[in-house]
Amino acid sequence: MAVQDHDAPPPPAPLKPSTSERLRPVLISAISTGVVVAAVVLLVRSSEQWPAVQRQFFNWQVMKDSFPKVRSGFWLNMRIWVIAEIVILAVSLAFAVMRSLTGPIFAPLRFFSVLFIDIFRGVPGLLLVLLLGFGLPALQLPGFPKSALFWGTVALVISYSAYTAEVYRAGMTSVHDGQRAAAKALGLNQFQTLRYAVIPQAIRNVMPALLNGAVSLQKDVALLSVIGIRDAVREAQIIKDRTFNYSSFMVAAILFLIASIPLARFTDWYSARDAERRLQQTR
Amino acid sequence: MTVPRLQVKSLTKYYGQTLVLHSIDLDIAEHEVVCLIGASGSGKSTMLRCAGRLVEYDHGQILLDGVDIASEEMPEAELRRRVGIVFQSYNLFPTMTVLDNVTLAPRKVHKTDRAVAESRARELLELLEMDEFADAYPDRLSGGQQQRVAIVRAMATNPDVLLLDEVTAALDPELIGGVLKVISDLKASGMTMMIVTHEMGFAKEVADRVCFLDEGRIVEEAPPAELFSDPKEPRTQQFLQRIIEAGRL
Ligand SMILES: Nc1ncnc2c1ncn2[C@@H]1O[C@H](COP(=O)(O)OP(=O)(O)O)[C@@H](O)[C@H]1O
Ligand SMILES: [Mg+2]
Repeated sequence: MAVQDHDAPPPPAPLKPSTSERLRPVLISAISTGVVVAAVVLLVRSSEQWPAVQRQFFNWQVMKDSFPKVRSGFWLNMRIWVIAEIVILAVSLAFAVMRSLTGPIFAPLRFFSVLFIDIFRGVPGLLLVLLLGFGLPALQLPGFPKSALFWGTVALVISYSAYTAEVYRAGMTSVHDGQRAAAKALGLNQFQTLRYAVIPQAIRNVMPALLNGAVSLQKDVALLSVIGIRDAVREAQIIKDRTFNYSSFMVAAILFLIASIPLARFTDWYSARDAERRLQQTR
Repeated sequence: MTVPRLQVKSLTKYYGQTLVLHSIDLDIAEHEVVCLIGASGSGKSTMLRCAGRLVEYDHGQILLDGVDIASEEMPEAELRRRVGIVFQSYNLFPTMTVLDNVTLAPRKVHKTDRAVAESRARELLELLEMDEFADAYPDRLSGGQQQRVAIVRAMATNPDVLLLDEVTAALDPELIGGVLKVISDLKASGMTMMIVTHEMGFAKEVADRVCFLDEGRIVEEAPPAELFSDPKEPRTQQFLQRIIEAGRL
């Protein structure tokens, strides 16, 4: 509400720092970071072991030579990651919903969901990848795919779905009871209540946790290298076995690192926006 | 003799071993407004929730135009269309716009055409001076505005009865008046209402009858002029005395 008051002192002039004033903090942080980094680099490089370390891990020639192979392996990682993540988000939501259904007719679904989640949250993902990735193709089941890539991806999906279902469930529990009362008062049935009231809010509440899961899966796709899938890690290992040099692993590591940055920044951005929204709500 | 619009017959409700409603009887005629008052924990919300079939009860009946709301003759969808409920905490769906909140039940439960549902929603929003917020999300609105949207949402199916549970209790003092005005207008338009409220001045003004609840029983029931100025029961007198001392009457 604008209040007219001619005796009031004028409002403060808008803050408009000069260019040099605005640059000063940037300059200070840049310089101090630079000094620290330079000190660490100097210290590391002046140590007696440095040349050996550099030869084993940062051999430029090996890195350059291994890059095409490792990169094409990494492209496979990314494709598996995207496909698996999409399936995980859907499958785990289905399990969370099944677990939340009330009424005796849904008892079998509830039971199945609890069993699935309990079992596969408790088994290490690596073990599951070995079991399905080696075990199932060996069985030669008629009508089932025989590729290790397929079953390894299934193992990741199962392992992550059990975990993600619990993330969704926490989100659904955190939805205020009043929302369900309102849905009931409006006449929405159990599924409509989930579809229109509970699930959209649950997803919003657990978005940061879902994003963290996606970041984590991006790295865990590398588990498939143990069943012979020629992903970035596997390709790097093949090169290492030939050259007796770890630089190819460093190439893979750098690729994973670079790929993780956008999602991590997005998670930060989303969380900040989310915090702002929650603050708005409590006005 | 005409059948009351809403009839509560020896309603009894336990929460576990605790008796919360003790054989309650109450008739509300068409166009009548009944206010429920009483101390916190006396069972007002529970009674309203039973009447709106949000919770199950142990004994007794609730009749809407003579039909038991828990019987086969009253399909769930019909009950939901004919009874609107508004809550203290508004409970709008935060991931939906105001318009979607209002049209959700007509469209998804009662299969009304989107265009029809939206035009009715816009009419109602305009009536409550909320039409400019049709496309806003609830968390952009003040509490008073959200509560007005919640009232519109409850009215979207053209109900016969509105049940209101302390709809101003969560509002900042300066926002209460606007919402109370809306309810007075509803009364003027002939809406049948059961209102749980702590606003004694408002109850005095809007109610045809006031019921004082204490420990799950209706202790006293009278027109507001009578109940507030000349309460018969000692427990009503005590309650009103406390309210007066708190400066709220
Ligand atoms: N969901 C519930 N579970 C158990 N007890 C409840 C529940 N809701 C209300 N009660 C109890 O029932 C009694 C009446 O509550 P309520 O109807 O909310 O009172 P009021 O609205 O008059 O404040 C209180 O003693 C309260 O503790
Ligand atoms: Mg209450």
